[in-house]
Amino acid sequence: MAVTWQIATVVSIRRETATARTIVLRIPTWRGHIAGQHLDVRLTADDGYTAVRSYSIASSYDAATSDAHDVELTIEQIEDGEVSPYLVTHLSVGDSVEVRGPIGGWFVWRPQQTEPIQLIAGGSGIAPIMAMVRASTALVAEGAIAPLRLLYSVRSPATAIFAEELRGLDARNLVEVTMVYTRGGPEGWPRRIGRVDAADIVVACWPPDASPTCYVCGPTAFVESAAGLLVEAGHLPDLIRTERFGSV
Amino acid sequence: MGIFSPGFTGRPRKASEDLPPGQYLTKDFPVLSAGPTPRITNDQWEFTLTTETGEKRKWNWKALQALPIETINTDLHCVTRWSKLGTTWRGVSIDALLADVDTSAQFAMALCYGGYTTNLPLTELLDGKAWIAFEYDGSPLHAEHGGPARLLVPHLYLWKSAKWIAGLRLMDRDAPGFWENLGYHNHGDPWLEQRYSEA
Ligand SMILES: Cc1cc2nc3c(=O)[nH]c(=O)nc-3n(C[C@H](O)[C@H](O)[C@H](O)COP(=O)(O)OP(=O)(O)OC[C@H]3O[C@@H](n4cnc5c(N)ncnc54)[C@H](O)[C@@H]3O)c2cc1C
Repeated sequence: MAVTWQIATVVSIRRETATARTIVLRIPTWRGHIAGQHLDVRLTADDGYTAVRSYSIASSYDAATSDAHDVELTIEQIEDGEVSPYLVTHLSVGDSVEVRGPIGGWFVWRPQQTEPIQLIAGGSGIAPIMAMVRASTALVAEGAIAPLRLLYSVRSPATAIFAEELRGLDARNLVEVTMVYTRGGPEGWPRRIGRVDAADIVVACWPPDASPTCYVCGPTAFVESAAGLLVEAGHLPDLIRTERFGSV
Repeated sequence: MGIFSPGFTGRPRKASEDLPPGQYLTKDFPVLSAGPTPRITNDQWEFTLTTETGEKRKWNWKALQALPIETINTDLHCVTRWSKLGTTWRGVSIDALLADVDTSAQFAMALCYGGYTTNLPLTELLDGKAWIAFEYDGSPLHAEHGGPARLLVPHLYLWKSAKWIAGLRLMDRDAPGFWENLGYHNHGDPWLEQRYSEA
């Protein structure tokens, strides 16, 4: 089914930060998805011109409890972007967009995976990572797997998406979150302000000898840098999966 | 086409486009291949689609011809810098071949008689952007141009339009094909002049 376009309806919208929203889409034919997969979204102008962009599914799917037809996309507005400003500022509840998916079978976390999991997200790269966090909490709670570790890099506290939900999960030991602020931290932030560096990888991530599977997602340059640091720290390239969102 | 997106205008579009950067116009149809031209008859020809789970679907010549056949008018751009405008082809869209296929793969490897391969993101093959073409300029496609049938992906450099196509393998992970392994660009968009890999 993944190759056919379907018409999805916006059933609700949540503001996440000043520049990001979560859009809940109801899709007529949907058989669930695996954490990490994405959708293609297609917009059509009145002269027939179309633009297609990929967006990760941020919600998790559980055959037993989920409403099979609803998926959540979390979109950060790119200034001068063609598609993201429309999705973040224009689209309203009741509107429709065309979608295709779920797509992707590599940058995914499956509940059968029992090895330690290291997540590294930059900015809106948190979207598929959040799907993995959400999909894993029940298994972590029952002690079946170790809490996932997450290194999350954002410009400032105000730009952190899902900050409250992550704080709550971290407090309940369902995921171990380390924040990295590149421009400015919260009041009294004890750590360095700046990009993810080698020390962050050593301090906040599973060590290489735990053989974690690592998922790195965000803007392309962020992914290049973070995945490179993982390799330099001794993580096997075969265990590092990446999703590059785009140019910057 | 599906539905309109009220209020969506998109980027300003150019009324007339000229050649991609670094290309020159040619009137003939140069032949470029990595090896000798395989000779395959229509009767021998078979196309195999393999999904990421290993499931296979096959079409022989007759089955291919039974699918909806489209006429394609398009420009061609070769990485060796020639471009040919307004060519006419007939073929079957990849959308038609994939219509009933269940896949979540993001990439495809084109596999050819003679061993040639080239990789593409699956999205570059869908939505009326790619075909299995078997007629050029009103005649059956000549072997030196990829007959009996070739992949036609005209919005990318011509090496992606694999000649003597024998199948597509859908993949979860991208992997380089023949030229992509030899220093050519992984994607090959002529408008972005993606000729060679940067590495
Ligand atoms: C598999 C995949 C999953 C994705 N998931 C998400 C997601 O969950 N949430 C999300 O917000 N985005 C996601 N993206 C990015 C998204 O597809 C678009 O690229 C992004 O929304 C920009 O599109 P646009 O049309 O607004 O900008 P465009 O018009 O395409 O670009 C405008 C300008 O912004 C630059 N640009 C493009 N992408 C980015 C970027 N990511 N960061 C900074 N600058 C950029 C371009 O180079 C250009 O200069 C994903 C991308 C991929 C490939």
